Amino acid sequence: MGTPSRSLELIIEALLFASDRPISERDIASWLQDARLPEIRAALARLKDRYEEMNRSFTLREVGRGFQFRTRPEYAPYVLTMFKASPSRLSRAALETLAIVAYKQPVLRQEIERLRGVDVGGILRSLMEKGLVKIMGRKNLPGRPLIYGTTRKFLEVFDLKDLDSLPRLKEISELGSDEEQGTPTKTETRPAGEEPDPETGEQGPAEGGAAPGTPSLVPPAGP
Amino acid sequence: MDYEVKLEIFEGPLDLLLHLIHKNEVDIFDIPIAAITDQYLAYLDLMKALNINLAGDFLVMAATLIHIKSKMLLPRREEEEEDPRVEITRPLLEYMRFREAAGDLSRRDILERDVFARRPSPELWEEAKEAAVVPDVNLFQLMDAFKRIMDREHPATQLTLRLEQWSVKEKMEDLIGHLKTRGAVFFKEIFDGSRTVSEFVVTFLALLELVHMGLVKLFQASPDSDIRLLPSFNKTGEDDNGNTLPIPGIDH
Repeated sequence: MGTPSRSLELIIEALLFASDRPISERDIASWLQDARLPEIRAALARLKDRYEEMNRSFTLREVGRGFQFRTRPEYAPYVLTMFKASPSRLSRAALETLAIVAYKQPVLRQEIERLRGVDVGGILRSLMEKGLVKIMGRKNLPGRPLIYGTTRKFLEVFDLKDLDSLPRLKEISELGSDEEQGTPTKTETRPAGEEPDPETGEQGPAEGGAAPGTPSLVPPAGP
Repeated sequence: MDYEVKLEIFEGPLDLLLHLIHKNEVDIFDIPIAAITDQYLAYLDLMKALNINLAGDFLVMAATLIHIKSKMLLPRREEEEEDPRVEITRPLLEYMRFREAAGDLSRRDILERDVFARRPSPELWEEAKEAAVVPDVNLFQLMDAFKRIMDREHPATQLTLRLEQWSVKEKMEDLIGHLKTRGAVFFKEIFDGSRTVSEFVVTFLALLELVHMGLVKLFQASPDSDIRLLPSFNKTGEDDNGNTLPIPGIDH
């Protein structure tokens, strides 16, 4: 089995190397007439492991039901310099809206607005322009409201294999007991002071929004 | 007098409320409603003073807070009534869940921010598009294959006209179902269930329609080998571009 499966692995590697979008097992099967899906699947898994072990600057990731070579996050600053680009970013409002669509889909705009407490029309439009959100259909309710969901591009952009790979949504009870990672102390106390103090706090909640715009220029320590 | 006004940008009333709760370090399940309401209203005043356009949602929340505050002042009959603050606690908790989820999303390795893949080359794309239009199997090859099947199954057929029993739409749905469950299918296999000439023809028309719509791709290794059908949609019912399948006759 050694030689043929190895050559299949290399053929697939070549396809992955040359492709500018994620390619799936099925894509590969359609291009390689003699290879069967289980073989392809195994070869992809081996390739994935090998690249992980080699500790190169890029790895093989499974995103949006396909495989794609991607650089490791440590090298983002250099790549961005090469492209003379700033990292693509989403506002906190956009991320929150996207999170609701991702977890609640198929979801109505009305439901998103109920959860966020504000109008989301403009944000939804821009998420659709970015190709992250799409209209899935209309609900059989008065006014036939539109139903929204996330796209395959959403999976690709957020490094997700499929929707099931989304991190589990925290239960309300978990949130209640340990309010926010930013505040380590469990707050059982009554308000310390009634006066608004402009100097203190407000780090916890802002964290989620601050992250997208600020890639760390100091590479995190390697594994 | 030096004033430094640092105004947070609040995404909405829930966002502002959460900010106040965290700032005061109070328990979300035991919100000191009077204090928080005062601070909330003070913020609205500040925003007005700064000529920031207030969305109506902020005012609705203000009214809700005042309403809860007034309810809190009334003596509550023991254990009969819910804590009036539940009215804001519940949406706040739900909002926190999704804010948390948004944070999780933004901490992932995001394409074009943290990680990079090969960028699409526009010229290559153009070529690929043109190539995609040219089917791997042309109509004549398809007709040949059909003829082979017909010759095999019905060497000499007598044509009888009968009431139409099969519709192209139904056959399209059948084929889609086949492809969904089995992935690739051989050309000859799709005729396995067919008994009569008209059913053969309808199946064939359904296949042509699906190819035309771009939902099925055809491949043939050599001129005389069997043609393979591959779905060009994914299992959730989307085509390759992420659009929902436009199958006529299946609109629910």
